[in-house]
Amino acid sequence: MSTSLQRGIDTLIGQIDAPTASFFTSCVHCGLCADACLFYTETNDPKYTPIHKLEPMRRLWQQEYTFWGKLMKKVGLSKPVTDAELAEWEPLVYDSCTLCGRCSLVCPVGNDIVYMVRKMREGMVASGHAPEGLKDSTQRAIELGSPMGLNLNTLKAQIKHAEKDTGLTVPLDVEGADYMMVLSSAEIADYPEIIGAVSRIFKQANVSWTLASDGFEGTNSGIQIGSSDLAAEILGRIVHAAERLKVKYVISPECGHAFTALRWEGPNLIGRPFPFQVIHIIELLDELRSSGRLKTEGVDETRMTFHDPCQMVRRGGVIEQPRNLLHMVAPNFVEMPDAGVQNWCCGGGGGVSANHRAEPVRIKVFSRKKAQLDAVNVQTIVTSCSNCRTMLLDGLENNHMDIEVIGLTELVAEHLADNAEGKAS
Amino acid sequence: MEQELLLWVRGTGLQIASAVFLIGMVYRMLHILLLGRKHSLAQPRGSEWSGALRTLWKRTFVSTKLSARGNFTVITGFIFHIGFFVTFLFLSQHIDLIRAVLGLHWPAMPRGVIDMAAVLAIGAMVALLVHRFVDPVKRLLSDYQDYLTWALSFLPLLTGFMLLREIGFEYITLLTLHIASVELLLLVAPFTKLAHMFSTFISRWYNGAVNGFKGINI
Repeated sequence: MSTSLQRGIDTLIGQIDAPTASFFTSCVHCGLCADACLFYTETNDPKYTPIHKLEPMRRLWQQEYTFWGKLMKKVGLSKPVTDAELAEWEPLVYDSCTLCGRCSLVCPVGNDIVYMVRKMREGMVASGHAPEGLKDSTQRAIELGSPMGLNLNTLKAQIKHAEKDTGLTVPLDVEGADYMMVLSSAEIADYPEIIGAVSRIFKQANVSWTLASDGFEGTNSGIQIGSSDLAAEILGRIVHAAERLKVKYVISPECGHAFTALRWEGPNLIGRPFPFQVIHIIELLDELRSSGRLKTEGVDETRMTFHDPCQMVRRGGVIEQPRNLLHMVAPNFVEMPDAGVQNWCCGGGGGVSANHRAEPVRIKVFSRKKAQLDAVNVQTIVTSCSNCRTMLLDGLENNHMDIEVIGLTELVAEHLADNAEGKAS
Repeated sequence: MEQELLLWVRGTGLQIASAVFLIGMVYRMLHILLLGRKHSLAQPRGSEWSGALRTLWKRTFVSTKLSARGNFTVITGFIFHIGFFVTFLFLSQHIDLIRAVLGLHWPAMPRGVIDMAAVLAIGAMVALLVHRFVDPVKRLLSDYQDYLTWALSFLPLLTGFMLLREIGFEYITLLTLHIASVELLLLVAPFTKLAHMFSTFISRWYNGAVNGFKGINI
């Protein structure tokens, strides 16, 4: 893909729509968004103020879409956006923004700031100013099929393990199944227990499901880097597989951005509505619970809390479902301060975890999560995003905190009622 | 001479300023809205309208926990806006003017209340200006427009208060200055961030619509 300053500027100008114009018009520079951003609250560095991360885009809006801006540009009094400026802004747009969307909740004039950061990234990619780590993972996703370089053989090996552990057959490429399960890279590489867990849950609940050999990877680096073209190519594999297998539903994995990519951006990326529905695994489990198809027995007395992944709550609206599931099996479940829509990010969303340059600041701002955790004193954190899970583990390790991190689907699977066939011994 | 100037300011001057304000604002808002946006092809989980209307109202109050600097901004900002609108909408002379132009009227507030509202609004504005200088976040974000619009909003309040109290100048001079300062505000508002007085509602609508579409009750 050819990149240049002019392409970047053209892309940014093209990204400006009615919402963006209203947001830039409305901003009164009150600075409240700084208070919502963990990169500011944990560093006190004003450059991390969310709206400031959009400064080059704001000036382009002013120069192209406002009366005074156009006039100033004509008489040569406006400051043009330069390559050097975009290079300077790259760490602000990528390293210190996880697209968590907290800033969009606090703005008193109603600006959806994260909506604009997502757009700003389109221009950054087009101008060649995206972080190396994220470029590499996107390239691997395009060329190899997975940002972590995993392939079908890796998946098949994990399926084999899961089948051995559970005594169940993991369905692959079953045409006409109701549900097609998609996984995240981190699940396949680091948390393959998920395959056995869903196999057992779906067996008990009598869910007709399958994995697809040509559409199993849900992680969408294209969304994170901000390239709709690449995001569409990565997503297209899942859509193609789901259409080939004629499924009714595609299940988003425990991965925040995979959910956003599939559920909300997906049809817009490929330019047509999906012929299937998208449901997050946690939404599905809660549906199975409420219809009586998912039954658990026994409880885990451990004092545990739930980390809401940003793309699941603020950006995804899956808020009550994980709590309903936790209440089935975890009597000592407690909420962190700010839990739910106001929860603080793990620090590694939005591609930050794939961007090595961001590591020092990511580790620094984990102090926010640490403060939340210190307030509840738990032994276990449950979450429903494998990237959050890895970031939490990393942050806990760096802070010498002895807390276990587990996935919610696995926790539920561990307490499946006895009548579940094929229950692991 | 002074009389003539006052007559022009309250006649032709006010008409020009009002026309620029109205036409400018309508143009500015239409310009925003006509840029349009892509309608999502994803399956909605809720209603854009209910989310939009909820955010239109609820965003008036900040629901996120803020730092001391954030709370200062919110509280001082509230005092300024309330003080400004109380003096603007409930001073009997203003109501007379609105009745003369639009035919609408409502009861005035007692002068003591208006005085207090004006003093609070002026005090809040001074505090916000000082905060803009000393707070590192606001200082970084601020540009000339922030100071220009501050001054343009401050002058009508200040001259209006001086007029009521007859401080500094002759009544006619103060009245001329007060009306002229309002005209300046009206002339500039559509082309600066003062346009937020209307665009805020568009912003909140779009922000809330996205959440409403996703079925997120925020």
